[in-house]
Formats: sequence, C-alpha cells, structure tokens
Amino acid sequence: MTARPPERQGIPHPEQARFLLQQMLRVRRLEETCVELYSASRIRGFLHVSIGQEAVAAGITAALEPDDAVVATYREHGHALLKGVPAGLVLAEMYGNVEGCCRGRGGSMHLFDSETRFFGGNAIVAGGLPVAVGLALADRMAGRERVTVCFFGDGAVAEGEFHESLNLAALWQLPVLFCCENNLYAMGTALNLTESETDLALKAASYKIPAWPVDGMDVLAVDEAAHRAVAAVRAGGGPYFLELRTYRFRAHSMFDPERYREKSEVAEWMTRDPINLLRAELLAAGEFTEKEWAELQQEVEAELAVAAEFADTGHPEPVEDLRRFLSSEPEPAEARAKRGAR
Amino acid sequence: MKTNTVKTNTVKTSTVKTTYREAMREAIREAMARDDRVFLMGEDVGHYGGCYAVSLGLLEEFGPERVRDTPLSESGFVGAGIGAALGGMRPIVEIMTVNFSLLALDQILNNAASLSHMSGGQFSVPLVIRMTTGAGRQLAAQHSHSLEGWYAHIPGLRILTPATLADARGMLQTALADPDPVLIFEHGTLYASAGELPEDAGAVDIERAAVRRAGADVSLITYGGTLGLVLSAADALAAEGIDAEVLDLRVLRPLDDAAILATVEKTHRAVIVDEGWRSGSISAELSARITERSFFELDAPVGRVCSVEVPIPYSRHLEEAALPSMERVLAAAREAVGRNG
Repeated sequence: MTARPPERQGIPHPEQARFLLQQMLRVRRLEETCVELYSASRIRGFLHVSIGQEAVAAGITAALEPDDAVVATYREHGHALLKGVPAGLVLAEMYGNVEGCCRGRGGSMHLFDSETRFFGGNAIVAGGLPVAVGLALADRMAGRERVTVCFFGDGAVAEGEFHESLNLAALWQLPVLFCCENNLYAMGTALNLTESETDLALKAASYKIPAWPVDGMDVLAVDEAAHRAVAAVRAGGGPYFLELRTYRFRAHSMFDPERYREKSEVAEWMTRDPINLLRAELLAAGEFTEKEWAELQQEVEAELAVAAEFADTGHPEPVEDLRRFLSSEPEPAEARAKRGAR
Repeated sequence: MKTNTVKTNTVKTSTVKTTYREAMREAIREAMARDDRVFLMGEDVGHYGGCYAVSLGLLEEFGPERVRDTPLSESGFVGAGIGAALGGMRPIVEIMTVNFSLLALDQILNNAASLSHMSGGQFSVPLVIRMTTGAGRQLAAQHSHSLEGWYAHIPGLRILTPATLADARGMLQTALADPDPVLIFEHGTLYASAGELPEDAGAVDIERAAVRRAGADVSLITYGGTLGLVLSAADALAAEGIDAEVLDLRVLRPLDDAAILATVEKTHRAVIVDEGWRSGSISAELSARITERSFFELDAPVGRVCSVEVPIPYSRHLEEAALPSMERVLAAAREAVGRNG
C-alpha cells in the first residue's frame, strides 16, 4: 500500500476552509429540506439523505474541474448539488416535475445532469463503478486530461462489479478516483457482518491502486486527500482509491426503523459532526466570526428558498411524453434552459 | 434504405466468396478503419483472435488500444462499454456467448437500456454488444441457449439477429450509427456458412423484416439460426404442393409489425419457428400480436415450433430432439394448411 500521507496540520487555507463549510451547509440544509418535504408528502418514493456525510461530497468535489465527471449512488443529492446541479433542479426532480433535472423521471435516486457531467444517481449498488471506468477509458482513448470520480458505499465492496472495475481501471491505468463512502452499514447490516476484511483500502491496494483511509468527518482532510489524488490521476498516474470513513446520522431511508444500531453509537458520532467541527475550528483559529456564520446561514437559506419555490411552482411532465427519450432525441439546449432555470 | 436483398437494377455486380464469420470481421474492420471512436473489447478478442475467430487479425491491424482483451468480467467490461459510449466513443463489446451475458444483465438493463429515458433524454448510449447464441454444437446447457427473446422484452434496446451473409456484413455499420444500444445475436452454427456477397456489400437497414421466400399458402416466420432450416422446409413443402412464404424477422425489437401483418394477411396462416423456449417467448409475443391484429384474417390457429423446455443437453440425439427440426416444421405447416387430417 502506498505510504499514507501525513496528517493535516492546522488550517492551511482558511479561504478554502470557509468555502468547504459553506458547501457542507448547503448539502445539510438541502437534505433537511428534503426530509421536511417528504414528511409533507411532496416528495415520495425512496429518499436517502446524507446528513452526517457532507464532508465527503464537499471535500472531493472541491478538487474537481467543471469538465470532470461524477458517478454517484442513490444517496447523491449533495454530490449533485456540489457538482453544480442547481438545488431547484434537484428539488423539482424529487417533486416529480418536468422542471427537474431528469424531467421528474428519476426522482431522488436518479439525478442526472449532462451540463455538469453528473452521471447519476445509480440505485444498483456498485452499478456505477463499471460505467465510471468506461468514462475514464473514453477520456484516455481521446487523450483528454479529465478525471472521473466514482462514489460508492461500503456495501458496494461486496459486489463483483467493485472488484471487476478496480481490476480493469488498474490494468488499463485509467483516470478514475474511486471514493468509498464507508458509513459502516450496508443499509442495516454492519460492515463486520459482511466483510472478512474490513480495511477497505487494503482491498484496493491488492489491485495495485494507491489507496488510503481518510477521516471522512474532517472536510479539510478530505479536501487535502482529494486534491492530492485528483492531481495524481490527472497527471496520468492511473486510478486512486480513498476510503472515506464517515457516518450517516439519519436512517438509511425514510422507512428505516434503525433496529441495527444503538442510539449511543449515533450520539457518539454526532459529536464529530463535520460542520460543527470545522466551524468550531475556524472560530477558535480566529478565521471566522459568529457574524459570518449567521450570514452564511442566511445565504444558504435564501438559495434553498428559491429552489423550493422553483420546485413548488413546477408542472408534471405531460403524459403524452411518456415514451419520449426511449430512443435518443437530444433536447435542444434552449428548450432545456427554458424548462429548468439555472 | 432497403438493401437486404441483392440489388437487381445493376447490370452485374461482381461477388466474392465469403463466410458469415469473415463478413462479420470485415464489418468490424471497416467500422474501425472509418471511425477512430470505434473499438472492440471483450474476452479473447485480441491475442486469441476471438472465441469464434471473428476478430482474427484485428489486434495485429489495429493494436491493443482498439482491440482490447478484457478480464473475465462481463459486468465490468459491458459497463465500461456503456461508460465509454457515454464518453463519446463507439464501442463494440463482444460477449463470448449469450449465457455469459447474464453476468452483465445489470449493466445492460439497468444502465444501457434505461439511461436515455431515465435521464429525460440527456444521455444516450451508442453501444453495440455482439454475442453468440443458440445450440446445435453439443455445447450443453451453459453455452447453447437462445435468450435473444428475453432481451427483446426490454424497452430501450434494439435486438438484431443476422441470419444471412449480407446481414452479417451490413448490420453492424447501421448499428454503430444508432445513438442507442444495439445487441447483435450471432447464431453459433452460422459462422462457417459460406456463400457469395457482392463486392460492394455494405450497410443494411436494421428496421425491417425480410421476405426470404415468397409464397401464398402459409407464412413461416423465423429469424437467426433457424432461417436455413425453415427455407429447406419451404422447399420440401413446395414438393408437396404447399407454397410457403418465409419471413426473416431480422430485428426482434422493435418488431416489424407491418411485415408480420402483411404476410399473415397474404397467406392467412402462420407458423412461428423459434429456437427459444416456448413459454413467455418471442414466439408467444408474435402469436399474440397476430391474433390481436389479424384475428379475422386467420384461417387456422397460429402454430409454433420452439425448443423443448429443457436445458439444452449435450448428447447429440437429445440436443436434436430438443431443437426445432425439419419434421416438426413440416408437421406444423401441414397442420396450418389442413393437410394433417
């Protein structure tokens, strides 16, 4: 396994830290809004929120260029938002409205956005990994210096597609950054009940992929690891693997009675809330004020208010369009722009 | 565009002797020479030369970047084909045999077939997947099934079953031009079939069924590996005074309803010959469509000749007993025209 990089020292880039705090707060508030709207029956189906895990999406996406691709899972609202999909398009999608990023056809689990190269939103565990490998293969064959980031959970590690994809990416030295969001539970089954080897970075290393674990509750650590990994991948060093050790504060989905974990365990992890941790650290270092925090909250609330209003005033896709796009029929840019205000 | 019958308006087209395998290889070679985005990927396509020797020589000609040997990871490399297609390439993914494609069914159904519709038309997957299908070579239960009818169940896919040299030569080019996923099923007994092809043979349509033999008394509807059997049966029926029409479906999804209805409305009798199993099959779908739309045109119940519903066995006599045979096709045709007493 590649030598593990040194632990971060202090706050190396205060400006970047404040940006990451904002990004995490945007995700947190988007997710909380989703839960409220679900309780109000405005959002239906399965809803999986990433509250507690925000540092992962924030830290990783901060290292990306607009042209880089992201492939994610069904717990992907935050990843989509931080890749650049407007909150309004995300919420409208969950409302099932035509103004949504996928015309309301995908819902919470299938957010896609061609403009920001956000390739889902895959609800088959590990199903996105081979696709990410292929996106990277296309970039390699076309000589483009782009990076494809693939997010997946610890549950995916048990799937064959995980191993097939890591092997292919390493064999062909493809520009993929594999990001395993290890929140310790595959739905309701703990990692140690499903894996003979629970050190997940070790599995990636067995494919000769540089791999190390990262504290997924420390966004500055994630950010640093992501920048290092993305730079190496972009420079042609082949795939990279980060195991981001994180924790989901809420239930798996809105239907989960949480019989599989102790409340004390959740409470313990909540003391490491990534937003609280960074906020406290910035305040302690004198790099941030309570006033700035209040302003930041206001900004995020304003963004979400606009997004919720956009979703709330949307329209269902006409039923006559049910069969559209079964065959390709690229939507003209102007029509798309008109449909989903950015 | 209708090019699946040999042109008759030219004075004389010179022809070349070829095989189904060579025609397929030539199609791949031409596609790769024409378009840098096209590449071939699959198990043993490179150094081995292709499990059925379709890609023999292509590694030497195009190099390992464009003729990619993959690990035995059907889901991995089919998914990589989908990703590469999303990324602007035009991959041809070869799966050794249809039974192995089940390991990639997640990628084919949940991604390739769904992405365009599920994303509201934002993404298309211009991917071609080729695979061998069918029995007749004593390869037993895990290398012999005909599952193309299953795949034809899936919206978002186009399913092709080239049965002739012209289709082996011409379908790939059109499939590669399709912005959506296309699956090509090559029956294993066809690779060695030989014949003449016009020197300038090229792209053919991937929309329509083709009448391979015109007739007035009964429509024999088939595709892929059983076309030869059905044409021979039609000759035998002619000797008995039964004038059979043979419709080669060519495309199992979307079905060419117009051609199917036209032949039924012409002969008023239909027998479907399908190497797949009978229950829940493409033959069942055809029968349903015919009765739904041409019920009052029919002078006899729709007949079906399918494989016996068992895993295809190894021993020759049992394999033969399981597959559609000349006797069963003849019997079904005679019954349709009321000659069986």
